[in-house]
Amino acid sequence: MSSCRIVNVRKHFGSLTVLKGVHLDVASGELVCLLGPSGGGKSTLLRCINGLTMPDAGYVTVGGEIIGRKVAKGRLHDLKDHVVSRQRRRIGMVFQSFNLFPHLTAIENLMLTPVTLKLGDTELLRARAEQLLDRVGLSDRPDFYPNELSGGQQQRIAIARALMMEPTLMLFDEPTSALDPHLTGEVLETMRDLAKGGMTMIVVTHELSFAREVADRVVLMSDGRIVEDARPDEFFTNPRSPQARQFLRREVTSA
Amino acid sequence: MTVSEGNRRVGRVDDGAAIPETVAVKKHPGWWVAAALVVACLVLVGLSLARNPRVSWGTVGHYLFDPYILEGLRRTAVLAILATVLAVIIGLVFGFVRLSRNPVLRAVGAAYVWVFRSVPTLIQVLFWGNMALFVPTISLTVPGSDSRLFSVPMNDVLTPWLASVAALAVANGAYFAEIVRAGVLSVNENYHLAASALGLNWVQRQRKIVIPISLRVMLPPGGNQFITILKETTLVSVIGGAEILNHAQTIYGNNFRVVELLMVAAIWFLAVTSIAYLLQSWLERRVGRGQTAVRTAPRWRDWRAALGRGVTDPPEEGS
Repeated sequence: MSSCRIVNVRKHFGSLTVLKGVHLDVASGELVCLLGPSGGGKSTLLRCINGLTMPDAGYVTVGGEIIGRKVAKGRLHDLKDHVVSRQRRRIGMVFQSFNLFPHLTAIENLMLTPVTLKLGDTELLRARAEQLLDRVGLSDRPDFYPNELSGGQQQRIAIARALMMEPTLMLFDEPTSALDPHLTGEVLETMRDLAKGGMTMIVVTHELSFAREVADRVVLMSDGRIVEDARPDEFFTNPRSPQARQFLRREVTSA
Repeated sequence: MTVSEGNRRVGRVDDGAAIPETVAVKKHPGWWVAAALVVACLVLVGLSLARNPRVSWGTVGHYLFDPYILEGLRRTAVLAILATVLAVIIGLVFGFVRLSRNPVLRAVGAAYVWVFRSVPTLIQVLFWGNMALFVPTISLTVPGSDSRLFSVPMNDVLTPWLASVAALAVANGAYFAEIVRAGVLSVNENYHLAASALGLNWVQRQRKIVIPISLRVMLPPGGNQFITILKETTLVSVIGGAEILNHAQTIYGNNFRVVELLMVAAIWFLAVTSIAYLLQSWLERRVGRGQTAVRTAPRWRDWRAALGRGVTDPPEEGS
């Protein structure tokens, strides 16, 4: 599994500064939950990690490799699209809105990328896809189109699709925010399972109980900065920053 | 519960009266009235055509399968298909050029679409057919010297047939560029993100994700454009391009059966565009798999329902 370093990452969109110099180290095999109010920059930070968004300053490394940029003449320069694409293969990402390809069945969603990239024999890839569908509890749905599946099933397939690429780091961007409470459970179960297997995971979430139970560290982002970085038991029982205390007060009263 | 309608009460039932649970099959008397009117109009038009003494239907029948007409039909089909294939390729290139982040490319794409959509296709066809008037020879010279590497007369290269293909392809490529642009823009940003995150590069994302998803949006206008091209093939008769109208004109130039031969050409266009139409709805249904079903022409089901032949909607799932 890969470690991940985020060093002084800054990002602005127009006049809006979203990330104001973020530092974060995630060790190999660690599960970090990113919490914080909406608009705090969590999703943008996550997208900087696999280069879907490129920082204005600072850099991200995964497994020791700078993502999306290279060093030349004392500056960082953008890599070409196909080079960044290669870097992204080993970084899985799961989105809030699942984003399964609507024109493909479940198993075709899993197989499209490895088959396109010729990562192996088609029959072996199919066997692997079936295995992963089984792992997320959907071995009976290979030929269903996304619009024939529930949100929870779609999200589990999206996780399996990411795992097809044998990632060494998994990014989750509010994976359960679009789901009913009773579908949330099945997705979180799949993620717990993944964490037990030692995957490095960075999870943006509003599921405080998941963070408390599974995370190795909880990181609170507010207004483009990391304001608290602690073990879950410390974070939830003895938060140090005023922002964390305020955040927990709000979350508890709204829940 | 009762509902007021004016001062009557609809749906009111006396206490204790049994309420049936069976829902009556809905009748559509309006459909029958409309059908009767349409049939009446068709019969009237048909009769006036059939009884017109100036039209010799025997001649129409005679020329319908005339080898020279069939040869014209074949040429029309080849011209239309070739022009469409080229126009789709041009459309794909310029559709993406118009969406490029490079402002120079974007401007080039916009200029192409602007020019070739603005100038009538007939004028464009005439330009291609008369290319030799303003570019008499194609030659390659070494810059700064007079020595020519090669030189050929334009008319040897740009035959009427080639000019026809080029004219239709370039003119319709502009429309296909707009269809492609609209299709690509219709694809939700989230699918681009998901494909990028999986590690597909730009070309792979367009080929495997964006184009297949947008096909559903591009097919209806695309099929429409093919039918337009089919009909626009008749324009090339003005530059001596061989196709069905040109062949029909040659025949009526000899026997003066103008209306009959135009009728023959028209019947063949009806037949060919009908096939194209069927092909399109079949393709739309195929491409629509996994995405919202596309409702096209009125289906057999609707007519069965009108006749009250007990076609009911499938029961709701889980009920």
